[in-house]
Amino acid sequence: MQFIKPDININFIGQRKIALFLSGALILLTILLLLFRGGPNYGVDFAGGVLIQVRFNHQVTPGEIREALRPIGMQDSIVQAFGEKGKSEYLIRVSKSNIELSGLSEEVKKSLNSMFGEANVEIRRVEMVGPKVGKDLREKALFAIFYALLFMVIYISGRFEYKWTMSIIMAASLAFGVYIISAIGMSIIWIIAAALLITIGLCWALRLEYALGAIVALFHDVIITMGAFALTNREITLSIVAALLTIVGYSLNDTIVVFDRIRENYRRQRNRDFAEVINHSINETLSRTLLTSATTLTVVAFLFILGGGVIHDFAFALLVGILVGTYSSIYIASPVLLIWSGQVSKGGGVRTNRRKKGS
Amino acid sequence: MSKKLQWRGLFILIVVAVALIYLTPSLSKTLPSWWPNILPEEKIHLGLDLKGGIHLVLEVQTQRAVESHLERMIEDIKYSLRKAKIRYQALERIGSDRIGLTLIRAEDRKTVEEMVEKDFSDLSVEPGSFSNIDLNLELILSQNAQQHIKKMAVDQAVETITNRIDQFGVAEPDIRPQGMDRILVQLPGIKDPKRAIDIIGKTALLEFKLVDEDNSLEEALKGNIPSGDEILYQTKGEAGSKRKIPFLLKKRAVITGEYLTDARVQIDSRYNEPYVSLSFDSRGARLFGQITGANIKKRLAIVLDGVVNSAPVIQDKITGGRAQITGRFTMEESRDLAIVLRAGALPAPVKIIEERTVGPSLGKDSINKGLKSMIIGGIVVILFMFFYYKFAGLLADLALSLNILFIAAGLAFFGATLTLPGIAGIILIIGMAVDANVLIFERIREEIRLGKTPRAAVDSGYSKALVTILDANITTLIAALVLFQFGTGPVKGFAVTLSIGIIASLFTAIFITRVIFDYFIIERGMKKVSI
Repeated sequence: MQFIKPDININFIGQRKIALFLSGALILLTILLLLFRGGPNYGVDFAGGVLIQVRFNHQVTPGEIREALRPIGMQDSIVQAFGEKGKSEYLIRVSKSNIELSGLSEEVKKSLNSMFGEANVEIRRVEMVGPKVGKDLREKALFAIFYALLFMVIYISGRFEYKWTMSIIMAASLAFGVYIISAIGMSIIWIIAAALLITIGLCWALRLEYALGAIVALFHDVIITMGAFALTNREITLSIVAALLTIVGYSLNDTIVVFDRIRENYRRQRNRDFAEVINHSINETLSRTLLTSATTLTVVAFLFILGGGVIHDFAFALLVGILVGTYSSIYIASPVLLIWSGQVSKGGGVRTNRRKKGS
Repeated sequence: MSKKLQWRGLFILIVVAVALIYLTPSLSKTLPSWWPNILPEEKIHLGLDLKGGIHLVLEVQTQRAVESHLERMIEDIKYSLRKAKIRYQALERIGSDRIGLTLIRAEDRKTVEEMVEKDFSDLSVEPGSFSNIDLNLELILSQNAQQHIKKMAVDQAVETITNRIDQFGVAEPDIRPQGMDRILVQLPGIKDPKRAIDIIGKTALLEFKLVDEDNSLEEALKGNIPSGDEILYQTKGEAGSKRKIPFLLKKRAVITGEYLTDARVQIDSRYNEPYVSLSFDSRGARLFGQITGANIKKRLAIVLDGVVNSAPVIQDKITGGRAQITGRFTMEESRDLAIVLRAGALPAPVKIIEERTVGPSLGKDSINKGLKSMIIGGIVVILFMFFYYKFAGLLADLALSLNILFIAAGLAFFGATLTLPGIAGIILIIGMAVDANVLIFERIREEIRLGKTPRAAVDSGYSKALVTILDANITTLIAALVLFQFGTGPVKGFAVTLSIGIIASLFTAIFITRVIFDYFIIERGMKKVSI
């Protein structure tokens, strides 16, 4: 069986302007959305607070739940339906920071019991994160993101370009830059944004064009996934950070396969136009790219549909991330590589191997 | 069969056999009796999110341990000062790291300095910050001593909580210090989280304090508390109509819970109400006898965590070293109180700063739903691979099944914990593990199209895809390892299954499928690759 014919030749590179425009628009939308919302929607893990998952064995409305919480002054809590439709299950979220959090879940339980009857209420999950722990977890997540980024940048810049010295310079400058920024006391978002700028700047300065393409693609994927989260009002929790890092790994995985093929073809066909080589390589790997995405998307889609409420957002992140990751390895990473290497040869022709093609 | 192929086949069989052995304890309910003697019996642990249970992070208020240490030192210093016949105007704790001492005669200063240096080496004498330099002294507790007290407080709290949980009865509790002043408590399968939290969090500081009957309570309530006294309250009545009854007590506890040898629940035969009976050790009993003997007809308050439990009038000298705590307890409450008193007081109060509770029904739901999506997703992928790659697809399917076996065996081998995100990790691996085979098979197809023989096509297919496969997996592995380093609980579980899965997939997708391919091509002389 074959979905993609071996001689397929779609002009992906020719469509790069449309793709870049579309991606640019999505990224801009995400940034606007995040600015408009005042940053990402942090869950209890990061923001601190209490989250209670409760199931009733008869139909109950959010209004009734809020009413039940009035005696303990929590009528302003966020109450949202959760899990499968038809089951009367809700998440109650309290993010007030001025109240004592420990023991709060017990009070909520008592209030619900007295309103609906003890036999009808089942507290299924409680998550209480004090402000201090929330701050620690934010820091931990930041470190995780930062180190993942750092190691991957070292790996790709070294591996793609066979310039391990460069990759070490790169890692050191990145670590230093981020250290300075975090010492000033900027928030996570700014530190990561700065790390992004430093990385791209370094790729530019050190002329690591494959690495640049891969990194642009992976940030593209993560940003758009964040945008999907903001748009659907989902919360960023610890496990979502895990999902985002997995997306980073997956996105790179996809890009590496295409880039490896580009390099392989480029070594054999020095005389061909670089754009053609890229396009040819994308087409050659297209079957694999789509197949792997299809199998991965299939299983993740089942997880999304059947996995239950607790894992729902996690599966959603993977779903969006893999979809966007597949798109970006075809439409973003390679065009960035092309555009960037084109600029280098125009502006002085530093790379000797590139010059050969004209001669 | 060629030697090389034979060895490779044997190697695969051994690995599979070892994996099966590691997996057996997790799968079968009853192991043969000889099993644990020679074979591993480690099972796959289920995380709290699957099993249900509580995850708590407690913060030990270590500063309070330092403060109470200073309070105890003050008593010792008082004694030494009295012995050295040094008169002083005031001796009290200032803030959380020093004791203020105001002397009456300036010439005593030298003696005090010598005394502190000799007997209280943790303290250093500094001139006080108040007016008369010569009379005001500050005795500052050294940083080292403070650190030591804090560390001891955490260690002791871990021990006490472990004790309490043991007596409460929880299977496989996990209690350990975390960072400077935190304690991580994980209790799987707990039915009543509230009770467990109460037992863990109660300081359980039991004190017996004499009621000050020489001074007026009314005056004290207005704010004129005599020095050495304090006001504590007793709460009475049902919830909703609680009353607080004030007591004027001597600050110094005459006896504390540290002399307890036992605390048991007894039933009061008259009212059929449970109470907790206390037994003191011989030193405690002697002290108790002295105090009660000297204070007959006075009231002695029993104070638990700063709340007056009762303040009975001492009728007679009590010599047996027994006392009892009464109150309108339920059977459960008195049982829990007995547990915390037996296990001893926490050296400092603890505060719950993180709590995650998962009910058993939700955990079961999560397992069922996770496994269901894993099985259905897996079947779809397996069918797809078969239809798309025919014979080669079957090899990929075999590789995939072995991969899942290896992940499970790996979890048992490392004693790792399977969490809900961990199941998600396996699901993700199912999707991603076939990637290596897809890469190889696509390459082989390309090579076949170039007109190569099956053997050459398979050869170059594998070797050309190898670098790419390694590259692609290393990036995901980096993400997984970083997550393992920084993640907590469930996220760590995800990182574990993802890492094991990636490494296993390299073995299954590259090595195992290759051996089978080689067998059919070299040994069976397969003329056409079904791919």
